[in-house]
Amino acid sequence: MADGTITIDGQTVPFTEGQTIMQAAEAAGVYIAHLCHHPEFRPHGSCKLCTVKAGGRHVAACTAPASDGLEVENESEELAAGRRALLQLLFVEGNHYCPFCERSGNCQLQALAYRYGMVEPHFPHFYPQREVDASHPDVVLERNRCILCALCVRASRDVDGKHVFDIVGRGIHARLAVNSASGRLADTDLAPGDRALEVCPVGAIIVRGRGFAVPIGERLYDHRPINEIGNRVPESEQ
Amino acid sequence: MESLDDEGVVLRVGEVAARHGDDPHRLVQILRDVQAALHHVPAAALDGLAQRLGLARVQVEGVATFYSHLSATARGHYHFLFSDGYTDRMLGREALVEQLCAALGVERGVPSADGRVTIEDTACTGLCDQGPAGLVNGRPLSGLGPMRIETIAGLVKLGVPVDEWPQELFDVADNIHRRDLLLAGPIQSGDGVRAVLERGAEATLAEVERAGLRGRGGAGFPTARKWGFCRQAEADERVVACNADEGEPGTFKDRVLLHTQPDLVFEGMTVCARVIGARRGLVYLRGEYAFLREPLEAVLAERRRQGLLGKAILGAEGFDFDIEIHLGAGAYICGEESAMIESLEGHRGTPRIRPPFPVVSGYLGLPTVVDNVESFAAAGAIAAHGGDWFCACGTAESTGTKLLSVAGDCARPGIYEFPFGVTVAEVLEACGGSGARAVQVGGPSGTCIGQTEFSRRIAFEDLATGGAFTVFGPGRDMVEVALHHSRFFAHESCGFCTPCRVGTSVLAQGLERIARGGAGRADLEPLKQLSGVMRSMSHCGLGMTAANPFMQTLERFPEDYEERLAGDDVMPAFDLDAALAEARALSGRDDAHAHLEQRHG
Amino acid sequence: MSKIRIATTSLAGCFGCHMSILDIDEKLFDLAAVAEFDRSPITDIKQCGPCDIGIVEGGVCNAENVEVLREFRRHCKVLIACGACAITGGIPALRNGVPLVECMAEAYLDGIGTENPSRTVPNDPELPLLLNRVHPIQEVVRIDHFLPGCPPPAEAIWQAISDLLAGREPTLSYTQLHYD
Repeated sequence: MADGTITIDGQTVPFTEGQTIMQAAEAAGVYIAHLCHHPEFRPHGSCKLCTVKAGGRHVAACTAPASDGLEVENESEELAAGRRALLQLLFVEGNHYCPFCERSGNCQLQALAYRYGMVEPHFPHFYPQREVDASHPDVVLERNRCILCALCVRASRDVDGKHVFDIVGRGIHARLAVNSASGRLADTDLAPGDRALEVCPVGAIIVRGRGFAVPIGERLYDHRPINEIGNRVPESEQ
Repeated sequence: MESLDDEGVVLRVGEVAARHGDDPHRLVQILRDVQAALHHVPAAALDGLAQRLGLARVQVEGVATFYSHLSATARGHYHFLFSDGYTDRMLGREALVEQLCAALGVERGVPSADGRVTIEDTACTGLCDQGPAGLVNGRPLSGLGPMRIETIAGLVKLGVPVDEWPQELFDVADNIHRRDLLLAGPIQSGDGVRAVLERGAEATLAEVERAGLRGRGGAGFPTARKWGFCRQAEADERVVACNADEGEPGTFKDRVLLHTQPDLVFEGMTVCARVIGARRGLVYLRGEYAFLREPLEAVLAERRRQGLLGKAILGAEGFDFDIEIHLGAGAYICGEESAMIESLEGHRGTPRIRPPFPVVSGYLGLPTVVDNVESFAAAGAIAAHGGDWFCACGTAESTGTKLLSVAGDCARPGIYEFPFGVTVAEVLEACGGSGARAVQVGGPSGTCIGQTEFSRRIAFEDLATGGAFTVFGPGRDMVEVALHHSRFFAHESCGFCTPCRVGTSVLAQGLERIARGGAGRADLEPLKQLSGVMRSMSHCGLGMTAANPFMQTLERFPEDYEERLAGDDVMPAFDLDAALAEARALSGRDDAHAHLEQRHG
Repeated sequence: MSKIRIATTSLAGCFGCHMSILDIDEKLFDLAAVAEFDRSPITDIKQCGPCDIGIVEGGVCNAENVEVLREFRRHCKVLIACGACAITGGIPALRNGVPLVECMAEAYLDGIGTENPSRTVPNDPELPLLLNRVHPIQEVVRIDHFLPGCPPPAEAIWQAISDLLAGREPTLSYTQLHYD
């Protein structure tokens, strides 16, 4: 597969050999919704928010290779409805209480829900019982908000070389676990400065002491939508 | 039961790991052995294995918590897994499980007080033609009835080891009712391999292509094309993998093939190895079929003796190929080929991102052909008899025959080998299932049809199937069928992608509400929409088809839904009065205000 | 032209959403010109009569909440879920992670400053019985429109009401749609 161009909602976007639709879109400044994708890490393809219609088929833009002449549909009403449903599923699966979440306003899950006009969760809440791990002096692991994107897993394993996190369990019982016999974050070798602390798209990994540095109402996604700003973790950018 | 301290556990798992060469890629096999030795995979085993295999503990934990047959808490010395296929239910399995629980004083899913006995439910064990069925310590129990349960309860009470139980308890019948190409005239072992040596690899590939063989797992990908891709992939080593993870509820034809025609299956794998240039063959046998392992190993040993496996097969210099059997550990998803490869490599059974496809990058990154048991059997026969012999049978687009696993409401459940193109009505006629209300072709992930469609044909161009043919007689409640299978998919979802992980659970809960009369017509809309999202946005076939039972029964048997719907409006999503029960108990109240009607007044 | 009737109530909520309704400030005069309030903390009417619009704050945490919600659904042509608690359960739903028996023990038996010599949970029928979990209101009755936020901004509330008055589908702009 050589270099070429694809179109995204009619706009011509060039790609280089080996690029995914998402990578080509990012390079061209075209926003495709996503949560588990991060340009620095290997494609994962689990959240499915980036599902687009390419050549008439539904594919995850973050894993589907670009190929010359491919026509990609990104912001259609049908895809928006599908993405809204995925967001609603993520909201009811966990315990997402935006009003008192440190990440509110900077949260990518919330920002995408704003972007797709989600006003209600649509499906019955699961209200799962999940453990909060506050054992670590520098970090709180708030599993109620975890969406299993595995960005921290990849960052810790592939960048930090530590493998502090991984997904255990199956199906709806899948959960984020940490690498210690006690199951406590304090007993892992997680340390300040780890890349794994700076990639969480939601409020599941919270570095202590900076939660409310910027007041609610003045945060990243409070006034401008994520498709204009991109997926960012502003606390780590300061 | 022997109980070990942590140090003892670490020592013991070290021995197990050593037997597997401390190979992290054998982690699933190692964990199976640990489970068998210790009746569970204790926390200390995770530490021991992590250290020993050079893995992170949390990684080992991830694998150990993925598979149903592995458990963190101790299972009994007598560990019963009762098949919870819908056909088992139709045959009255619920009462039998209750009977055994009562006889042994055990609560389902909870170890007995002395820890000796555990009784649990498990997904369909592939004995649907002779259910109700189950497993005790991995050995098959079939044709269960009150008498057998009484016998079994007696043996447990007397403390007779399972190995000393009467053999007839473990008999598994083949129940072959119709034989055709594959089952009627089995080839002599070695015929296929000899033919490929005489004809040459390229010409054999051409024969497979002429035969028009398509994947028998249900997807129907042309086998010759798959082999051709793998053959062309640049690599020093290639792999042949046989998918014997027959987990689709209602399917059991691979069990019968592996029991009656193992040589033919291995023949096909060896032919494939010659065509693509593979040295390594793997069979991924579903954990529920562990009882087939020993006989299969014996067949492999015999084939090695005959020079049909090993170095320089039949004297052909450089034709080195051998086959190794891996066991699954209770995960339907591992029937998906890339999840199967992950499992073979010792990981969680999460389907991979594709491309690359296994023919380019499969087991350990090597080009790998993954084919169904029946596909290999057909390939072995095609190598021996030629492509024309095969494609003379069936339809233009679906050549050859298909083994159907017939079960449910019919007089003669079992295996029927029919040429492709046979109608559903013809199969029903043959098995004594005429008058059926519905037939589920291809299992819950396949197609469920009603009488008006019984003239449809079993063929890739009409009703594609991996082999399940489940008959539902008059009076069967299709909402219950859909609910059962929705729960199955929720249980088997790997949890990787959002639509499947969450969607299957939402759907199962929704169907529970519908089934107990707790839903209104307006409650159907979100479920229909969700079904569409699951179909279009899921990572793999499990999520894409998990809503089939709901959507298809809603479309074809709307009357079953209609009679349950409580009006046009939405109904409460939870049982209101039940939600007050705890507070009633705590306060001791039972007055009028302490209750709520479910229906809006 | 007769005035439209609006009813409001707070179930398992904090009345913060009602404060936000009052925060529409001078637009209250515009509203009063075209609408009158039925059951609402503003009127102190105890039973909801036939209404055009019902606004419900808070989720359902007890049997009385369910009854009031049903009363609103019966009498209101259009029902609006107002605020995070109504839509997600919100803060009260935090107790969903705690067994009810522990909640009751904390409230009536063991809480700091609690004096309860009989060591019993009250059983007066006047006290609404708690549900084992707090639920959003759309899990009990059909809801027509949703106004997220904790509380929803006054502009969002006014937007929705004025849209409805004008016969339009309520639509929130990006800055009016907030969960916090």
